[in-house]
Amino acid sequence: MKNNKSHYQFRRVVVLTIFALAISGLFYRALDMQVIHQAFFQQQGDARHMRTVPISAHRGDIYDRNGEPLAISTPVDSVWVNPKEFTDFKIISKLAEILDLNAEHLKNKLRKQAAKEFVYIRRQVSPDVGGEVKALGIKGVYLRREYKRYYPSGEVTSHVLGFANVDDQGQEGLELAYNDWLTGETGAKKVIRDRKGQAIDDVERIRPAQPGQSIHLSIDRRIQYLAYSALKASVKQNKAIAGSAVVLDVHTGEVLAMVNQPSFNANDRSQLRPAVYRNRSVTDVFEPGSTMKPFTIAAALETGKWNPTDNVNTSPGRYKVQGSTIKDMRDYGKINLGEIILKSSNVGVSKVALSIGQEQQLEMYTKLGFGFTTGSGFPGERNGNLRTSNVSEFERATMAFGYSLSVTPLQLARAYAALAANGVIYPVTFLKREEEVHGEKIMSMDTAKKVRRMMERVVSDEGTAKKASIANYSVAGKTGTVHKFISGGYADDRYLSVFAGIVPADDPQLVMVVMLNEPRNGEHYGGQVAAPVFSKVMSGALRLLDIEPDNLEYAQVGKKGKSA
Amino acid sequence: MLAMVAVMILAIMSSAISVIYSKHQSRKLFVELQKLEKQIDGLDIEWGRLQLEQSTWSSQGRVEKIARKKLHMTLPKANEVIYIK
Repeated sequence: MKNNKSHYQFRRVVVLTIFALAISGLFYRALDMQVIHQAFFQQQGDARHMRTVPISAHRGDIYDRNGEPLAISTPVDSVWVNPKEFTDFKIISKLAEILDLNAEHLKNKLRKQAAKEFVYIRRQVSPDVGGEVKALGIKGVYLRREYKRYYPSGEVTSHVLGFANVDDQGQEGLELAYNDWLTGETGAKKVIRDRKGQAIDDVERIRPAQPGQSIHLSIDRRIQYLAYSALKASVKQNKAIAGSAVVLDVHTGEVLAMVNQPSFNANDRSQLRPAVYRNRSVTDVFEPGSTMKPFTIAAALETGKWNPTDNVNTSPGRYKVQGSTIKDMRDYGKINLGEIILKSSNVGVSKVALSIGQEQQLEMYTKLGFGFTTGSGFPGERNGNLRTSNVSEFERATMAFGYSLSVTPLQLARAYAALAANGVIYPVTFLKREEEVHGEKIMSMDTAKKVRRMMERVVSDEGTAKKASIANYSVAGKTGTVHKFISGGYADDRYLSVFAGIVPADDPQLVMVVMLNEPRNGEHYGGQVAAPVFSKVMSGALRLLDIEPDNLEYAQVGKKGKSA
Repeated sequence: MLAMVAVMILAIMSSAISVIYSKHQSRKLFVELQKLEKQIDGLDIEWGRLQLEQSTWSSQGRVEKIARKKLHMTLPKANEVIYIK
C-alpha cells in the first residue's frame, strides 16, 4: 500500500508540475501580449480593421455685395476603387452603367492599376448616383465625400472669380487670391471596416473638418450683368477681338463690375484656356491715348500757371518737338484748355505739358497710380508702365496725350475715380467695404471740378461722345481712339477704342471705363464704339442704385399726389 | 482588514460598472451624433441645390428674356418717365 501511495504521489507531482508549467506558459503569453507587446498587437489589430479617412472641408462660398451667390460648393461623391480588393469583374458593367462610363475602359483601367490601392474611377457625381453605387455593395468600391464648385452666373462673373480645380484649390482670379481664406482644413476620422473592407462604423473623430470662410465681394451682380451683356453685344457688333469694362464706386474704390470679352464658363472645364480666362481688365496694359488728356490738364491747373480759359495756339495743327511732329486731326487755331479737351487736341495738350515742368506733369501721373498696382490684390495684376526718369521732351509731349506709357483698364478707372472724388484717390478693392476707407488727396477740389466741367462738354452735342449721354443725368467723360502699337511701330488701321466716364457729373457716384480692342466693322472712334456701352450700362446702374437724376431739364416733372 | 478588502472590492466593482456604463453612453451618443451629422449633410446638399436653383431661376438673363418676350415689357423711354418731387 505504502509503495502504491508513493507511486501515486509521484504521478500527482508530475501532473501538477505539467499543469503549473502550462499555466505559467499561458500566463507568460498573456503577459507578453497584454502588457509587454500590447502596443504592437493593438496596432496590428487596428491596421486590419481600422482606417483613418480624411473628411473633406467645405470651401467657403462667394457672394456679391447684396448676398447673391456667385460661387457655391455643394457636396458630391467621388467613387474610388481599391484594385487589390476589387475582384468581382462580373458586376463591372452594372457599375459602369450607373456611373455613365465605358465598361471596357473601366475594366482595362483597373487591370492596369491592379498594383495600386487607390484609383478614382469617377469624380464628383451627385449624391443620388453615389447612393446607387453604395447600394450595389461591391467589395473594394468606395465613396468619398467631396465638394464641387458651381458658378451660378457662369460667364458673367468668370474673369473676376477665376475658378478652383477639381481638388477645390483656387487656380485663377479671386478664387486664387483668397484661396487660404476660402479653403477649409481637411479633417480626419477613424472607421471600423468589416472583413470585406467596407467601412461599417465611424469610431472616433480625430480632427473635425474646418469649413472655409465665405467672402462678400464688392461686385454687384446686376450691374455686372448689364456690363457683361452690353460689352458682349458691342464686341460682336464692332467685330472687335477683345474688350474690357470696369465700373468703380467713386467714394470707396470698390469694383462694382468688371467684365471682359471673350469670356468663358468656369463650370465647363473644357473651356479653360489662358487666352480666354485672363482677366484683361487687370492683366493687359494698353496706351490710354486721349483719355490721358484730362490728367495733363489737371496737372497744368494744379501748378496755378493755367486757367481753364487760357488760350493755346495750336495752328497749324502740327507741332515739332525734338525733330518729331505731333499732329492734330485739323487746325483748331487758338483754343483754351476746355476746348483742348473738347476737341481732343494733341498739339494743344503737348504745348501745355511742355510749359509746365517735367516734375509737375509726371508727378501727377504717379499720384494717379499709373505705374503702380491699384492695391486690389488680384493675381497677375500688372503695374503698367510709366517712366519717370530719362524722359525726353518729345516723350513727355506724347505722354500728355496718352502714348509712351501704358495702363490697365482698372488703373484708368481708378484715376478717373480720383477726378470724380474731387481729387481723392482710393485703393481699389474687390471685397465689400465694411468700414470707411481713407483716400489720399492728390489734387485740389477746385482742379477736379474744373476738369470735370470740361469733360461734361465732351458728352454733349458739340463733343466727341454724344453717344455716352444718359437721359436725365449729367455725364463727364473723355474718348480715346488709340493707334495700336505693333512690332515696329504704330499701326495706321488698327485701333483701341476707349471711353472713360463719370456720372452724375455734379455729384459723382460711378466711374466706368470701356475699352475695345481692334474694332473692325468700319467704326473705330471711342465715341462711336465704346461710348454707347457706357451709356447703356450706366443708365441701368443709376436706376438700380437709385441715384437721383441731376439733369431734369428735359424731363417731365410731376408733383406728389398728382398722377400723370 | 476584511472590511477594508470588502470595501475595495465593492469600489472596484462599481467603478468597473461605471466604466462600462459610460462607454455605452458614449457609443450611444456617438451613434446619435452620426445620425445628426448625416442629417446635416443631407440638408447641406439640399441647401446647395436650392441656392443654385434659386439663382438659376432668378438670373438676370432669364428674367430679362421672360419680361421682354413673354410679358412684352419694355424699358420706358426717357420722355415717358415722369419724375415726382
